[in-house]
Amino acid sequence: MDVQVLTFIIVGASFLLYIGIAIWARAGSTKEFYVAGGGVHPIANGMATAADWMSAASFISMAGLISFMGYDGAVYLLGWTGGYVLLALCLAPYLRKFGKFTVPDFIGDRYYSQAARTVAVICAIFVCFTYVAGQMRGVGVVFSRFLEVDIFTGVVIGMAIVFFYTVLGGMKGITYTQVAQYCVLIFAYLVPAVFLSILMTGHILPQTGFGGTLADGSGVYLLEKLDGLSTELGFAEYTSGTKSTIDVFCITAALMVGTAGLPHVIVRFFTVPKVRDARKSAGWALLFIAVLYTTAPSLASFARVNMIETINGVDQAGTLYQEAPSWINNWEKTGLIQWEDKNHDGRMFYSGDERNEMRVDRDIMVLANPEIANLPAWVIALVAAGGIAAALSTSAGLLLVISTSVSHDLLKRNLMPAITDRQELFYARSAAAIAIVIAGYFGLNPPGFVAQVVAFAFGLAASSFFPAIIMGIFSKSMNKAGAVAGMLAGISFTAAYIIYFKFISPEMNTPENWWFGISPEGIGTLGMMVNFVVALLVFNVTSAAPEDVQAMVEDIRYPRGAGDAPLH
Amino acid sequence: MASNTQNEKAAYWRENIVLMLKLLSVWFFVSFGCGILLVDELNLIPFFGFKLGFWFAQQGAIYVFVALIFVYVHQMNKLDKKYGLDEE
Repeated sequence: MDVQVLTFIIVGASFLLYIGIAIWARAGSTKEFYVAGGGVHPIANGMATAADWMSAASFISMAGLISFMGYDGAVYLLGWTGGYVLLALCLAPYLRKFGKFTVPDFIGDRYYSQAARTVAVICAIFVCFTYVAGQMRGVGVVFSRFLEVDIFTGVVIGMAIVFFYTVLGGMKGITYTQVAQYCVLIFAYLVPAVFLSILMTGHILPQTGFGGTLADGSGVYLLEKLDGLSTELGFAEYTSGTKSTIDVFCITAALMVGTAGLPHVIVRFFTVPKVRDARKSAGWALLFIAVLYTTAPSLASFARVNMIETINGVDQAGTLYQEAPSWINNWEKTGLIQWEDKNHDGRMFYSGDERNEMRVDRDIMVLANPEIANLPAWVIALVAAGGIAAALSTSAGLLLVISTSVSHDLLKRNLMPAITDRQELFYARSAAAIAIVIAGYFGLNPPGFVAQVVAFAFGLAASSFFPAIIMGIFSKSMNKAGAVAGMLAGISFTAAYIIYFKFISPEMNTPENWWFGISPEGIGTLGMMVNFVVALLVFNVTSAAPEDVQAMVEDIRYPRGAGDAPLH
Repeated sequence: MASNTQNEKAAYWRENIVLMLKLLSVWFFVSFGCGILLVDELNLIPFFGFKLGFWFAQQGAIYVFVALIFVYVHQMNKLDKKYGLDEE
């Protein structure tokens, strides 16, 4: 059977599975819609969190990015896993004990202020939209390459599926679909990685193959070979990287703190029955995430060696274009690989200096890997299904936060407190539907590359929510003036810096012009500090939080009595 | 709760903070320490086919993160019991 038919079958089967689960897990009340009724088992929640978390960027782009960045790729690996330690130790248990539905709920109640709630809602919606646009784009890329439909049709199909199970099932539908999506995506990620690892190093585990010797009998370590190839071709040594230490430090910190501050991740910890389940659930989530995140750097190095050897030939003389493997021609059609025969020898050559004749988009590495390594057709189909699962699960989680923010935080808690549960549920569903259409629009007209857009969302989450929540838990007396001023200062500082370097003057976006050598990707770290400092300064000249709020903070510190998430 | 005196609760919270800070310092050490700030020094040490600093940055720190959360879960459950603050 050819690849395309197989891909249709496997992707189609996965869609049927998601739709089946959605019908089984329909939401009947706002509590089911917002937090899945608050009764999800910690391991299931861990899996759902992992799928929610691992986006199209993690699945499709990350290994490719690392494979082009070498050591510097650690910013993503550390940043997107280390945040869970912060989440588990500093946020999840307390937010679960607090027991409401959303992050703006916490900010609004803790800082006894509709203004703080509104700032939080705007931040949440902004962060989620930035993030969701990248997901829809990811769906489009997968569809256009593997099913040979155009990106428009791909995005529309993706929107239709997400629409179906988000609007119908809410958090309950999403949670159980995400459990299935995690299984699909992790299987799809591991199969080619294991194949490649065996092929290249003889190790079954990619994690050990990464540090193994090549299977070609040379006895050379994979990483040694890669360092050699990289320097020979005019790139930086693979294990060293090119970013400055302060920049690596700040990007990692911004991604970690951003992870801990992302509303669609935090809200997952409201769905488990108990405080201790929230802690445990964070552990399971990170374990499930770590499976992919420790495989990714291995895959990146395998892919790098493979790609260089395919394009340049084992003897580094260049491969004749006529003899190019079919994946090169396939990806050329999408415009993601380009070849320009500069020296007119009819051979392709890839390098980091003036000899280079290829432009290879980083986003294709994971998707092209099975083809590069000549793996069977069903593996290619599986990877397509995995990429779509990753994009759909994350979109659904984000769309839910957007719809909850509108129906619960904005309407019920702010503008229309008199609405009934049924009406609120109707508004939640409508908001989800509108959000999907807007997300689809951004998917078709994306503001930037998938990974870049996502980096933006992290900087903003790091500089707005994280400090406000931390101070809300660990300081009883932090007041509303401080928190609101901090959030506004943090988010405006970070947004201004990113917008200036990314959109207004992209030509200025070089290390010499950055403050302290910190790139726009890492500026969230500074934004977070601005938030803390401004909040503390304002707090010092205003009066402490009132007694009842201090009592609430006291209460969330002790697990006993968490009970069910309250109905309203 | 009513059965816990203010002193006991304060002691619970203090122990919780101490545990959290201990685990966070390990967290900082393996990621920002071994993986970033000390990476050049550690890279001089070979570790199987890896340079040690590179291994921490792309593999090791992640394993430690997972372990840290499970240690935290275990220790906090013990702490909750000790002070009678665990959930029924």
